[in-house]
Amino acid sequence: MLNHYHWRGTLEAVCIPIAAIFFSLVLFGIFCALAGADPLGVYASIYKAAFGSWFSFQNTLIRASPLMLTSLCTALPAQLGLMIIGNEGAFVIGGIGAVAVGLAISSAPPTVVQLAMAISGIVCGGLWIGAVGALRYYRAVNETISSLLLNYVAIALLNHLVSGPMRDPSSLNKPSTYPIPALDMLGSIPGTRVHYGLIYGLIACAITYFLMRRTTFGFAARTIGGNIRAARIAGLPVGKLTVAICFLAGSCAGLAGMVEVAAVQGRANESLNANYGYAGILVAFVARYNPLAASLVAVLLGGILASGGILQRLHSLPDATILVFQGLVFLVVLYSESLYGRFRVFQDQSTVRRPPSVPYVPRPTSL
Amino acid sequence: MATEALGWWGVPLGIAAGTLRGSAPFLFVSLGECLTEKSGKINLGLEGTLLMGAMSAYAISYVTQSPWLGVLVAGLAGIVLGSIHAFLSLQPKVNDIAVGIAMIIFGSGVAFFFGKPFIQPVAPQLPALEFGAWSSQPQVQSALEICPLFLIGVAIAPLMQWFFQSTRWGLLIRAVGDSPDAARAMGISIFKIRLLCIITGSFLAGVGGSYLSLFYPGTWTERISGGQGLMAVALVIFARWQPMQCLYASLLFGGAQAIGPALQSVGVTSYYYLFNASPYILTLAIMIVTCSPKRTLRGAPGTLGSSH
Repeated sequence: MLNHYHWRGTLEAVCIPIAAIFFSLVLFGIFCALAGADPLGVYASIYKAAFGSWFSFQNTLIRASPLMLTSLCTALPAQLGLMIIGNEGAFVIGGIGAVAVGLAISSAPPTVVQLAMAISGIVCGGLWIGAVGALRYYRAVNETISSLLLNYVAIALLNHLVSGPMRDPSSLNKPSTYPIPALDMLGSIPGTRVHYGLIYGLIACAITYFLMRRTTFGFAARTIGGNIRAARIAGLPVGKLTVAICFLAGSCAGLAGMVEVAAVQGRANESLNANYGYAGILVAFVARYNPLAASLVAVLLGGILASGGILQRLHSLPDATILVFQGLVFLVVLYSESLYGRFRVFQDQSTVRRPPSVPYVPRPTSL
Repeated sequence: MATEALGWWGVPLGIAAGTLRGSAPFLFVSLGECLTEKSGKINLGLEGTLLMGAMSAYAISYVTQSPWLGVLVAGLAGIVLGSIHAFLSLQPKVNDIAVGIAMIIFGSGVAFFFGKPFIQPVAPQLPALEFGAWSSQPQVQSALEICPLFLIGVAIAPLMQWFFQSTRWGLLIRAVGDSPDAARAMGISIFKIRLLCIITGSFLAGVGGSYLSLFYPGTWTERISGGQGLMAVALVIFARWQPMQCLYASLLFGGAQAIGPALQSVGVTSYYYLFNASPYILTLAIMIVTCSPKRTLRGAPGTLGSSH
């Protein structure tokens, strides 16, 4: 019995998101048709720009790698039942931290500098979201709101630092930090134009998947997410686990910021705030918080993002078209959440239902 | 700069002027969010609604040359986005915060899509009421140019307070937000009440957006909202879900936003961005101080944030 217990559920988890993405493609086609563009032509262009050739697929991968990392910032705390949307802030802080360290020790050998930048990005991003987790547990501050507020604080800090203390006087129009020496930049994977950030992203997704699904640490975290009171009665260190998971989540987004700085931008300026964080939340939702699925969804969304330019050039649609498409996909995928369990085809006869999750409350509350 | 004549007095005056000018969008979105949250749902998507309102108001005002028609259409745009949000977030198992983020992306996408042709042209603005004619100082005069829309918002706050406290409908909404089971036992349709609250809240946010593009700052750009819609959620927590306190909180946040520019006008530029972030830091600090793991926040609707 136990051997074929899962397949219908797995089928459901694969079919519903795919159907949702197809439905949102149809809606997007209607939107394009109403805007006076040829929907089939638009689909073809998106496909060509995203996956049509090795050249364009490399573009897609370059955009996908930060998304893999930032999506983990939402996907990991979701295992605890926490909803963190501070990806953008942790991304920006990770980028700043990486640049600061990279510039401070630029005389060291390149490998050391790169390693130090990565560690700095990880630690800065980790502390940023770790603080959100600590506030959640010890002060019951709503994690969604506090992480959202911290996004704005992070962006303000970035603007402050690049226009003041860390500013390169030669950057006139767009205040920036001094550039990281070319030698210290992250290189490309041999034979491609894709930087090593992709490897970081894939490894991070694989590690978090293993950590959450195959270790006692992950099991403890998922227990908290499933039923926090039971977890507390079982003696799990809820506070430590909350802070640790949030730290890991933030460190992934921080690493993404480091990759963006050390492989793409070369310096920190306001371009760092390029919505990779918010797009990462989208990836995490579509992947239903599964880190492995997140890496695939990141490639898909990376492709969509990469096709923004071609829509503007070939179909004279404004660049916001991609934003509309992204929004549609997101809305339809969220709607599809309510469809789970509604189709008989996907119901196992003898499935043990998961108990309904209890909302995350730091300690039993009374009004 | 004329502010130089006033010297350091320009700073408090600048903050006061900024408060009167810049708090209206905060006021509208926070009142809208307050109404939504009283019914037990969160609408994080008001940022998208604000942008959509700003864009549609500007476009309609430009095309028809009637700014008040623009305000109306901005409200209608809010109703449309609110309906989408309400429909989705009231489905079982759908997380309202996630829908909010999706609505930010979708709303801003649609606003930028249709707003592109309106970035250049100049649309007629809402009229200003001159309350500063008694003063000889031009700065004071310009500080006291107040938009009627702001006054409407100021009037809505006590009205909504009264609505929640003293009317049957207000009671129903509070019941739905605090204890849906009790509400269901009273024979109320939770779906309908929440639908109406979310849509009306979104309407207010759309109107708030029209203030941005038709009065202050008074143009349509893609960066016009600057996160003010997202702030609504924090503001409502700050205001403890009380409409009157939403008004005070909006004035405070509008003032805090004006600190950076006011100091810049007297030559203090070094902490410009950090001063701009002060509302966010302030909200966070207040949440840290007032929240406690031992109890839920005073005034918070009972089912807020749960999937009830």
